[in-house]
Amino acid sequence: MKVLSKVYCFFIYLFLYAPIVVLIVFSFNDSTTMSRSVWSGFSFKWYGQLFSDRLIMQALGNTILIAVVAAVVSTILGTAAAIGINSLKRWPRRLVMNITNLPMVNPEIVTGVSMMLLFVIAVRAINTSLGIGSIMIAHITFCLPYVILSVKPKLSQMDQNLYEAALDLGYRPSQAFLKVVFPEIIPGIVTGMIMAFTLSIDDFIISYFTSGTTQTLPIYIYSMTRKRISPEINALSTLLFAIVLVLLLIVNLRKEKENKEILHEEEEP
Amino acid sequence: MGKSWLQKSMAFLFSALMIASLCVVPASAEENAEAAPDTGVTINVYNWGEYISNGVDGTLDVNAEFTKRTGIHVNYTTFDTNESLYSKLSGGGAEYDVIIPSDYMISKLSGEGMLEKLDFDKIPNFKYIDDQFRSPAYDPENAYSVPYTWGVIGIFYNKNHVDASETTSWKVLWDPKYKGKILMFDNPRDSFGIAQKILGQSYNTTNANDWEAAANLLKQQKPLVQAYVMDQIFDKMDGGEAWLAPYYAGDAATLVENNPNIGFTIPTDEPTNSFVDAACIPKGSSHKEEAEAYINFLCDPEIAAANVSYIGYSTPESAAKELLPEETVENPIYYPPREIMDKAEVYVNLPEDTNMLLDTLWAEVKMGGSGESTTLMAVLAAFLLFYIGIVIHKRRKRKRELQ
Repeated sequence: MKVLSKVYCFFIYLFLYAPIVVLIVFSFNDSTTMSRSVWSGFSFKWYGQLFSDRLIMQALGNTILIAVVAAVVSTILGTAAAIGINSLKRWPRRLVMNITNLPMVNPEIVTGVSMMLLFVIAVRAINTSLGIGSIMIAHITFCLPYVILSVKPKLSQMDQNLYEAALDLGYRPSQAFLKVVFPEIIPGIVTGMIMAFTLSIDDFIISYFTSGTTQTLPIYIYSMTRKRISPEINALSTLLFAIVLVLLLIVNLRKEKENKEILHEEEEP
Repeated sequence: MGKSWLQKSMAFLFSALMIASLCVVPASAEENAEAAPDTGVTINVYNWGEYISNGVDGTLDVNAEFTKRTGIHVNYTTFDTNESLYSKLSGGGAEYDVIIPSDYMISKLSGEGMLEKLDFDKIPNFKYIDDQFRSPAYDPENAYSVPYTWGVIGIFYNKNHVDASETTSWKVLWDPKYKGKILMFDNPRDSFGIAQKILGQSYNTTNANDWEAAANLLKQQKPLVQAYVMDQIFDKMDGGEAWLAPYYAGDAATLVENNPNIGFTIPTDEPTNSFVDAACIPKGSSHKEEAEAYINFLCDPEIAAANVSYIGYSTPESAAKELLPEETVENPIYYPPREIMDKAEVYVNLPEDTNMLLDTLWAEVKMGGSGESTTLMAVLAAFLLFYIGIVIHKRRKRKRELQ
């Protein structure tokens, strides 16, 4: 049985990571045909080309800028909303939660098209055109429910009396929030922010409809399909994957270290 | 969980982002000292993906060069099909100044009044465009468009398995001995076009029976076809996964020249399609003059030569051809002989009802007949029943537990 479960795990991880391994291997492929399936030697050629390709770099810059703005703004709005929702009575809270969850189950294409229609009307009224602003608004909108969903559980786990106790002991409401509530819910806030960031970075459908004349990386990659998707994209994906991996490792290692420290402190006195 | 790791990891995240955005900076700082004064105007250009010389690998960065010479900035974005260009333009909200659609899309756009008439006094370099590309069928008065690139469709084949003499006819794509090794276009006009030429029809027929007949031919071919693809043909042909694939001649550069096993023929038994991608200005452009300057710049033989040598497609300018290497100009793949070009036909926009018919027929070809859709419905219904079953079961269980 144990062997069987190991084999099962092996296959699951194989299916999960085989595509990424192939992608990384072929980012080092020294081919002139831009082939993504025939190996012809090791080189860093595509990495060099990637950094001299102005269009990819511009698209990447746009994507990161949008993701950072969307993550930060949706985290602030989402946290505020979660606090508000948490203090509602049972029925209104259920109602509001259902309304905020609706955009998550709504098909992306519906969200995309409806936002485009709305933006087109708004943009005509103020006489500009769709662009980076409209993508940011769209991304903030679809990231919001995820932030609320990751912050709210932390709030309900928290002892409701803590905040009142802080007020009783002389904190102003803002101080009470920053020094008592905020440290309690920060893991939820960070999870929400990271989720918003990743959701925004790889969104294609909603960006496609609301982008106007701005180009993000997913849209740029998709537009290459008539000719061919250049292995530069493999190189870029490899770099992104490596950065995310390193980030995750650091975060987890620190968590581990901290847990040990806590254990240590508990043991000593 | 304390703050320390958090603050540090957030700091790390942001520094990673900073590094990433730093990589973006040098691109804009590339401007030259002898640049034209900045006009402060930015034009929005919408072109096919990978369809301009972009400065990678020692090539000329055409957009940067334009900004340097004229002081006009370019916001360059890309699309994947004519249809997505059309939906973006008709959807509204996006203001483009220069677009580069293909032939039939130009006639559709101009027919719907979505294109601006060009002022050819502002495009003096139009004089370099060869006569045979002026006043084409898709723009008979030559009022709306300036050709950018052109090409024909031919057949890629694997020399180890397919004999060159077989590929002079589109019929080889219907040969049962290559079952499972044939690729077809994943777009209706190009796929139907091949069937239409076997049947001896025009690409632009409006007779419903003609389209039905072509669809039947494609349905007969379907069991032999490995996949309907676009850019994947490069990998599939290169790796030997597929042996026969129709595609655009301009893309032969990357395949034929680097892989000795792959050949390319433009069929001569039946006519082929010749296509043109041309620059236009959409209605409502707020920088028409600057857009015309851009189109004029693209027609500069030096720029046109840089672009086609990057893209691999053919140039409509003899003056630009002179700047290209001789083996390219003399290669019949890129510049096919007169007799092929004389027979070749261009796509023109189809009337709305023919387009609708084409869409339905294409969906039928790709998804199979009505028999398959009933199986699909049956599977969906079964899933639904299964789901309802689970819900009912859970309800009952809960009730039992409550009692």
